[in-house]
Amino acid sequence: MTEIDPAAHPVRAPESVAPTAQALDGIVPAPVGLDSVIAEGLEIKARSQWDYARRRFLRHRLAMLGLVGLVIIFGAGIFANFVAPYSYSAIDLTNLLHPPTTVGHHYFGTDSIGRDYFSRVIWGIRTSEEVGVFVAAVSSVIGLFVGAIAGYYGGWVDNILMRITDLVLTLPALAVLLTAAALLGSGNQWRVSIILTLFFWTNIARVVRGLFLSLREKEYVEAAKAAGARDGRIMFRHILPNMLGPIIVNGTLSVALAILTEAALSFLGFGIKPPTPSLGVLVSEAQTNPQQWWLTVFPGLTIVAIVLFVNFMGDGLRDALDPTQRRVRA
Amino acid sequence: MLTYIARRVLYSIPVLIVSTFLSFLFVSLAGNPTAALRANPRFSINTLHNIEKQNHLDKSIPQRYLYWLQDVFTHKLGHSLTTFQPIWPDITRTLGHTAQVIIIAEGLAILLGITVGIFSAIRQYSLFDYTFTSLSFLGYAMPVFWFALLLQILFVDIYLKWNVRIFYTSGLNNPHHGTWSLDRLQHIALPVMTLCVISFALYSRYMRAAMLDVINSDYVRTARAKGLSEWRVIMGHVVRNAMIPIVTVAALNIGALLGGAIITETVFTLDGIGYYFVQKLQTDDLYAVMAYLLVTSVIIIVFNLIADVVYGYLDPRIRYD
Amino acid sequence: MPEPILSIKDLVVEFKTDDGVVHAVDGITYDVFPGETLGIVGESGSGKSVSTMSILGLIPQPPGRIPSGSAIFKGKDLLKMKKRELRRFRGDELAMVFQDPMTSLNPVIKVGDQLGEAIKTHYPKEPDDKVKERVIELLRLVGVPNPDVRYTQYPHEFSGGMRQRAMIAMSIANSPSLLIADEPTTALDVTIQAQVLEVLKTVQEKTDAATILITHDLGIVAELCDRVLVMYGGKIVEQGDVYTIFQNPRHPYTIGLMDSLPKLTEDEEWLQPIPGQPPSLISRPSGCAFHPRCFLSQGRQRCRDEVPERRPVDGGRDHSSACHFAEELIGRHSKFADSVGVS
Repeated sequence: MTEIDPAAHPVRAPESVAPTAQALDGIVPAPVGLDSVIAEGLEIKARSQWDYARRRFLRHRLAMLGLVGLVIIFGAGIFANFVAPYSYSAIDLTNLLHPPTTVGHHYFGTDSIGRDYFSRVIWGIRTSEEVGVFVAAVSSVIGLFVGAIAGYYGGWVDNILMRITDLVLTLPALAVLLTAAALLGSGNQWRVSIILTLFFWTNIARVVRGLFLSLREKEYVEAAKAAGARDGRIMFRHILPNMLGPIIVNGTLSVALAILTEAALSFLGFGIKPPTPSLGVLVSEAQTNPQQWWLTVFPGLTIVAIVLFVNFMGDGLRDALDPTQRRVRA
Repeated sequence: MLTYIARRVLYSIPVLIVSTFLSFLFVSLAGNPTAALRANPRFSINTLHNIEKQNHLDKSIPQRYLYWLQDVFTHKLGHSLTTFQPIWPDITRTLGHTAQVIIIAEGLAILLGITVGIFSAIRQYSLFDYTFTSLSFLGYAMPVFWFALLLQILFVDIYLKWNVRIFYTSGLNNPHHGTWSLDRLQHIALPVMTLCVISFALYSRYMRAAMLDVINSDYVRTARAKGLSEWRVIMGHVVRNAMIPIVTVAALNIGALLGGAIITETVFTLDGIGYYFVQKLQTDDLYAVMAYLLVTSVIIIVFNLIADVVYGYLDPRIRYD
Repeated sequence: MPEPILSIKDLVVEFKTDDGVVHAVDGITYDVFPGETLGIVGESGSGKSVSTMSILGLIPQPPGRIPSGSAIFKGKDLLKMKKRELRRFRGDELAMVFQDPMTSLNPVIKVGDQLGEAIKTHYPKEPDDKVKERVIELLRLVGVPNPDVRYTQYPHEFSGGMRQRAMIAMSIANSPSLLIADEPTTALDVTIQAQVLEVLKTVQEKTDAATILITHDLGIVAELCDRVLVMYGGKIVEQGDVYTIFQNPRHPYTIGLMDSLPKLTEDEEWLQPIPGQPPSLISRPSGCAFHPRCFLSQGRQRCRDEVPERRPVDGGRDHSSACHFAEELIGRHSKFADSVGVS
């Protein structure tokens, strides 16, 4: 019996057997005459990467909770002028150490010299958020530059930069910060922010450099090179966009870390000093009146809330921006 | 392996030198060690001069650094500039106290953290898992000093209300009680709890993540296909593999722990090396501060080395020859 | 006719996911006879691996589900057994070899210990030295050189091919009656593939076990298998002995598979892939799962409405096909007909 070549089968025209340009685009056409049937289970909709990221983020319940919580808290801080019923230094000597009440809007009570604690906490939020965002943003930028240079040029540049960050790692973080704060002078919120930034960038630089190194080896960079792309183009079109995700996540989580660290420094007396209200300062001042629980609890609770919400958001961002990570919900 | 260790130790020495030199430089530039003395009217100009000469304060910074370095070895970290007391006995005493607290806290944190991590992973998405996941998030978000304060307030309250001391809220121990007496344990219970909570959150999360990573791997599927009981699969294969990175995490955590010690010792007024450091920093006691930085650097470097060596021992794929 | 050693009837396996229910296996029925090698062929997503893993109890039950079906092995239904009982079969009478040897062995435990574990789990009373002896013997059987040295080594010290040999050794350690090999050579280089296939052949001869060989590589099927099942979209679309399937396939999908292979003895200009994509297992096409891509269907309504039953067709013994219009294929030969040795 002779072979029957399916290509000569009456239904299939020879053209539809060869790969068409459309086929190379990713959607292989079904044989002629079956267009009406294509719809069943064969569709692929194209979406942009940011689209996917946004959808994943919005679906992450904890992240949404974090976002909402942060908007409220940070919003209160930004609009402290309007939200706080009193200024943070308004003294009312008739109303010392009053527990929380709705009378006179003293929701968080008053402190030892009659200042409204609710207002102090709100102003404290503002200070903390200024420090947190500043430190996270600036250290991310510096870290990005340094890390990119180290990763991109490699060689001795990389070596030196990494030795510097290594040095920082051999000392306990808090000790170094305390030393720096003690000797460079603190008290001013911006000085403290700068000191923190000078410390935080090293971590981000390491992360960026690591990312750079791993991305450089990825196949699509090799492919771009093989196609003749220039170095600069490779950097911008291929490497940077893939780094944005982890950098954003890292930056977000840095905000929380910066706020926690500033609070610790201020608490120990080496950070922001009174009368500027930072949440750490408030807790420190509360130590003289341990019986008045509200003085300790509220600023601390606020810190916990801020850090929690930021971490939730960071988690959601990580989920959304890094699709290759295995879905182990943190 | 021994050559690897030797190489690492050798490499650490220049790192130590550079870091201590930079610290010395920084501290010397930023603070004037004799400022406090000058302010004190009891010291005449002559005495000050003599002190300066003795401590080589008239020489340049690099030279002073070398003198300091010499002091480290010959005079055991030298003498404090402000109190004229030898530094070494203070360091050993305070370090011992800090070590006691940290070792107990870490031991507890590792035990509890690993156990909770294992069960969270096995019973993923259960009530147990969600509860401890939430607690871990809280643990990360909680400022150490605040948690310490809350504990302190709580137990002072208990004492004031019911006149019973469960745990002491400050100091290391009452007089005439030994290092391992019940009294001492009552005193360090709260600082131990504080340090333990933070580390526990870290270890349980890591263990859970490591377990989940391993549980879905191919070799666990092979183990099941061999007919092993679920218990043997978990213990013999999953936990065995998941524990390896935890060792590294624990050893590398020492830096954060030392920082935590600074805070807890300040809140609970413990005679530990963290509290010592803060006090010396407040009084601008240059050499004492340097001593602290040197000692803690060495500790961190040693722990980093331990982390790598133990990891190499546990994971046969890593061999450092 | 001998009794089948494994008899699967109407097996259905589903997975509940965020996007919907995945119908991985949609009612399959087949038998495996002692001593034979049965090949299961299909693309990724055809359900070939899931079907065998489910009868071994290796599918995590949330999110997986086995709503119906039976798998009778030596008189007992594997799907109705308690976990403890099933475990006694796994690794003893019923063994499985997996695809990726690089990750299938625990990296921090010595190879010898892992193989020994397979024996000791089922025969805990065996003295250690006997177990060690047996492991070394097994390693020698599968062609691992210097087995006594290799016994103390770790998996990363083995090459890919050697690891797969060790995996095979592990699976036959307790002389199983049925060995399931899930794409055992897919992750290996072609030359190593040939070696491992030789090992499988040797093992078959020596142990007389029945083997289910799951693969997407028709070449392997041609070399090793006695009978073949072709799976698509979670169903068996054709079954027959290997000669019949290669010479006279009677299902458009099988024909498409054959046609998509290049024939080295002919001058072909274009490869002929099967157009379209594999079906989504969540929202499956109505009627026959293959109809959107089928050249035989030509848009006929019956293909769209009715799920075809598998029924006997004209080729050799026990040849069946799940196509409404299988008769229209009678008389066709695949392009490999002349190479199969029958004109």
